[in-house]
Amino acid sequence: MATVSNELILNADEVIQRATDRGESDFLINKKKEALELIENIDMPKPDKTNIKRWDFFTMSEPVVDSSVYNSLEELPESVKALLDIENTKNIYVQHNNTPAYLQIDEKLKDKGVIIENIVEATHNHPELVEKYFMQDGVKVDENKLTAFHTAMLNGGLFVYVPKDVHIEDPVQMVLLHDDEKASLINHVLIVADKGSEITYVENYLSNVEETKEQINIVSEVLALDNAKVTYGAVDVLAEGMTGYINRRGIASDDATIDWALGLMNDSNVINDNTTYLMGDRSNSDLKTVTIGRGQQIQNVTTQIIHYGKDSNAHILKHGVMKDSATSIFNGVGYIKHGGTRADAQQESRILMLSDRARGDANPILLIDEDDVTAGHAASVGRVDPLQLFYLMSRGISQEEAERLVIHGFLDPVVKALPIESVKRQLKEIIEMKILSK
Amino acid sequence: MTSVLEIKNLHVEIDGKKILKGVDLTLKQGEIHAVMGPNGTGKSTLAQAIMGHPRYEVTQGEVILDGEDVLEMEVDERSKAGLFLGMQYPSEISGVTTSDFLRSAINAQREEGDEINLMQFIKKLDKNMEYLEIDQDMATRYLNEGFSGGEKKRNEILQLMMLEPKFGILDEIDSGLDIDALKVVSKGINKLRGEQFGSLIITHYQRLLNYISPDFVHVMMRGKIVKSGGKELAERLEAEGYDWIKEELGIDDVTVESDVN
Ligand SMILES: Nc1ncnc2c1ncn2[C@@H]1O[C@H](COP(=O)(O)OP(=O)(O)O)[C@@H](O)[C@H]1O
Ligand SMILES: [Mg+2]
Repeated sequence: MATVSNELILNADEVIQRATDRGESDFLINKKKEALELIENIDMPKPDKTNIKRWDFFTMSEPVVDSSVYNSLEELPESVKALLDIENTKNIYVQHNNTPAYLQIDEKLKDKGVIIENIVEATHNHPELVEKYFMQDGVKVDENKLTAFHTAMLNGGLFVYVPKDVHIEDPVQMVLLHDDEKASLINHVLIVADKGSEITYVENYLSNVEETKEQINIVSEVLALDNAKVTYGAVDVLAEGMTGYINRRGIASDDATIDWALGLMNDSNVINDNTTYLMGDRSNSDLKTVTIGRGQQIQNVTTQIIHYGKDSNAHILKHGVMKDSATSIFNGVGYIKHGGTRADAQQESRILMLSDRARGDANPILLIDEDDVTAGHAASVGRVDPLQLFYLMSRGISQEEAERLVIHGFLDPVVKALPIESVKRQLKEIIEMKILSK
Repeated sequence: MTSVLEIKNLHVEIDGKKILKGVDLTLKQGEIHAVMGPNGTGKSTLAQAIMGHPRYEVTQGEVILDGEDVLEMEVDERSKAGLFLGMQYPSEISGVTTSDFLRSAINAQREEGDEINLMQFIKKLDKNMEYLEIDQDMATRYLNEGFSGGEKKRNEILQLMMLEPKFGILDEIDSGLDIDALKVVSKGINKLRGEQFGSLIITHYQRLLNYISPDFVHVMMRGKIVKSGGKELAERLEAEGYDWIKEELGIDDVTVESDVN
């Protein structure tokens, strides 16, 4: 099963045998077969300006690890409880490594037909929905070698379906606790917001292991059908030493909105791809990401919003702080296709460098195949402004505290956009810890 | 005890260019000094050098606060020692609200473990904001970001009132203010006026001094104080301009560049 270094060596029969033994659905097994047949002949993704030739995206100790389940929120480890507003949490799915470990859904939502379920089970229980949307319009199995690998090795995730015109008031939260050094997270999240529906979803990926050489291969697909609204928050805090491929994809139909607030706080090397297709007329996407790089970490944060629909609006805001010898490449693409009349594509990328050894690169790209549009971009890579420090220090604030304020302030526009207070607090604490770490 | 801030023979350069060429000035708590002079004569440089702006290099002279060498202190230590500079161009600090910033600043002035209690802080902030006729929402706006010129100046005075320093150095706190705003800002400064507060008010208009009556007036030209007097000096400047001083000194150009020595 396991593979060696950066070369992919998969034993297809064994993968399928294991999936069959675990009772996975025919649909999923067939998808896995399809991926395994394709995988040799498709290329790796090519993240602009980051060379991933020597990254190991394939080595996994185990295809799936079994971990304990929880019978109540009270049983959760403290690190997970800290992410929740326990008294007010209504809708939550906890995954312990690869094991669905706890699920709680507001009864009222069940009555309305809302589905919140582990993705593997959902392929059994809701084939009509899952088969219609799973890796169809969003991320394709054969998009690249890593999406094919994802399909073949999928070992966890969540399916959420919001029926027509249902507004979910309380957020739906997923917490993935990663505390087994042998666990790789090949996780798939599929959110389908049917016409006129609304959902706020927040996910937390949290490692409680210091360092491990396992895989993060996450694909999220968000489909907002006509007039639906999805607010998607994420805080990723996965361990050093892992290799990450994180692909979050949105598809917005007519009058639909998909807003993203992503706290990319992993300590591993990661390729982040966050692409939203504004297929529909008057569709919108507001995308905010924040990241901190430290140590030797290399991150590529590619955000794209692609406009097909008329009067579609996109706003990208990316802020990053680079410490130590970290490297961060920010690629921001606003692409207005022919027919996207009166589309508006705006983006802003800012990188704050805290060390001479760190590298930061912000590349805004506008591709426009239509005449009647508006578009704009701003990008900067810079250091903490000495005049800002002087100003703050002239009020008695120490240099260290002044730097801390400026850095928090720099990241605040994104932190503020996260929908759940406890998650916002967690992100602030992680930022604090990362800034202060030596 | 009455605190004393002494500036002795202060010489300051920026990027190797001589700007201040020997400034002497003594400020006592309870006194209000006005420093006047045309543009480009070194007034802001004096203020920035006292506070420790990183680009201004003191090449000669001393700044002493109650016997302590201010020039040896870090910028934050100068503040904690009781100095405050209301800046001509305050920085914008994105993402940091005025209220969070003020709390950090107040706590920085206090001992660890003696932080201001939140209710006390809010009360004090509300009171001062009301006094300065500042909109409530400024507390939650990012510090100086998107503020109008007048809002920035009011915010500087708000900070002054919150921090209650021994000495407030106010650099063109009046520029760009309409008459109503000027009155409000003056009201704030006058509120602090008393035995526990000394101020150095830098301006090139006399009009601020209609609202804040100075005890001493100094005129700066070519990087030096060239004339000192009482309130009547400001009145004469208002009436006659600076030409008579230039004549007295026998100079045409008042800027620091003109004096190559
Ligand atoms: N940041 C700076 N860089 C270069 N020169 C400066 C700078 N600040 C001030 N100067 C020089 O010092 C002179 C005095 O400036 P300043 O102290 O700001 O004068 P004032 O406040 O009286 O208008 C200016 O005319 C300018 O030539
Ligand atoms: Mg000036």
